[in-house]
Amino acid sequence: MRIQLDFLAVLSQWPLLAKGVLWTLGLTAIASVIGVLAGVACAWARSQGPGWLRWTVGCYVELVRNTPFIVQLFFIFFGLPAAGFKLSPEVASIIAMVVNLGAYATEIIRAGIDATPKGQVEAAMSLALGRAQTFIRVVLPPALKKVWPALVGQIIIVMLGSAVCGQISVEDLSYAANLIQSRNFRAFEAFIVATLIYLALAIAVRRLLTWLGPRFLWGR
Amino acid sequence: MVDFSIWDIFRNLLLAARWTVALSLIAFAGGGLVGLGLLIARLSGLRGVQTLISVYVQLFQGTPLLMQLFLAYFGIALFGINTSAWVAASVALTLYSSAFLTEIWRGCVAAIPTGQWEAAESLALNFAEQLRYVVLPQALRIAIPPTVGFLVQVIKGTALASVIGFIELTKAGTMITNATFKPFVVYSCVALVYFALCFPISLYAKKLERKFNVQR
Repeated sequence: MRIQLDFLAVLSQWPLLAKGVLWTLGLTAIASVIGVLAGVACAWARSQGPGWLRWTVGCYVELVRNTPFIVQLFFIFFGLPAAGFKLSPEVASIIAMVVNLGAYATEIIRAGIDATPKGQVEAAMSLALGRAQTFIRVVLPPALKKVWPALVGQIIIVMLGSAVCGQISVEDLSYAANLIQSRNFRAFEAFIVATLIYLALAIAVRRLLTWLGPRFLWGR
Repeated sequence: MVDFSIWDIFRNLLLAARWTVALSLIAFAGGGLVGLGLLIARLSGLRGVQTLISVYVQLFQGTPLLMQLFLAYFGIALFGINTSAWVAASVALTLYSSAFLTEIWRGCVAAIPTGQWEAAESLALNFAEQLRYVVLPQALRIAIPPTVGFLVQVIKGTALASVIGFIELTKAGTMITNATFKPFVVYSCVALVYFALCFPISLYAKKLERKFNVQR
């Protein structure tokens, strides 16, 4: 028996793939920025906020971490409209990714905050910095620096997880692969190509973020 | 049209949750076996094997599980074998789990001081005996908390098998939604069942981790 693979049939559809890559990267970029900010806010709430806020954020984190992303996405895209919130697939995807990343980022960043020596906070206070200033200028930068590799890893997991968004017809890379295989019936080849592109994206994004972090987030 | 009460929805979801549990166990057990094999191959220090396995791990950790499922589904069919969603999902999730587990366990073995290996070797134990009597029992203790934690990831991973037509919790949720037009209620229930499956395991993993840290 011979297996014939025809990758050219897939690669000739490169404009679709390129569009898919742009969507995947775009969704990831937006979701990462908002998700990490949400993570910082929730990490603050969990380590220094009032009791009821700590509890609420704790529930959010555990709920998200113990349910699959696809169910979160379906709940937001199919479930919320029934409750009166109509969302486009793209917006629903971004919200789902933010909610998901936010929960994991909270735990990661909180670990970094907890590792900050108490003396640092006391020193900041003695210099008459306010609570907000102390958090943003003294506690946060070294905390982010410590956990940056874990945070980058989580952003990549969210990007790979976003392949599911193709299922609600966001035109991302997985959607492009599905579209191509429905046109030329080269399913295996289409998914091989898409998978390899995802792999390349994961490696590139990791490099980029590892490079960006020290330069822009906490200034060497 | 048949009317579904909340209880009907919940009961049907619970019935479907069986298959989520079954698939998770298959993937976890299969992944454990393959992962152990890979770990031993890696530790044996054969040249080329280590690079090969780290490429394997990178391949599974750097690509979406959804794509892996599609590849298994269409890849097995390519050999002229009639695939069911069961086979494809089991194969993909087993390989996926094996890549993660072998990486977790490699870290645990690396945490065992080299002196232990050397001491075992100086007692004239061969490679298999060193592993069996000296290194693995110690590594096992460190490995249990992250391994239990990974089980949660496997359970959540099985939700993606719904996309290739495997009828488990998520797929059942979609089917019930199509019948009842109550997506909000149904997906809330689906999430709740997943939470009920995963949260105790998460707590248990956390407890094990704490216990281990205290012992140290």
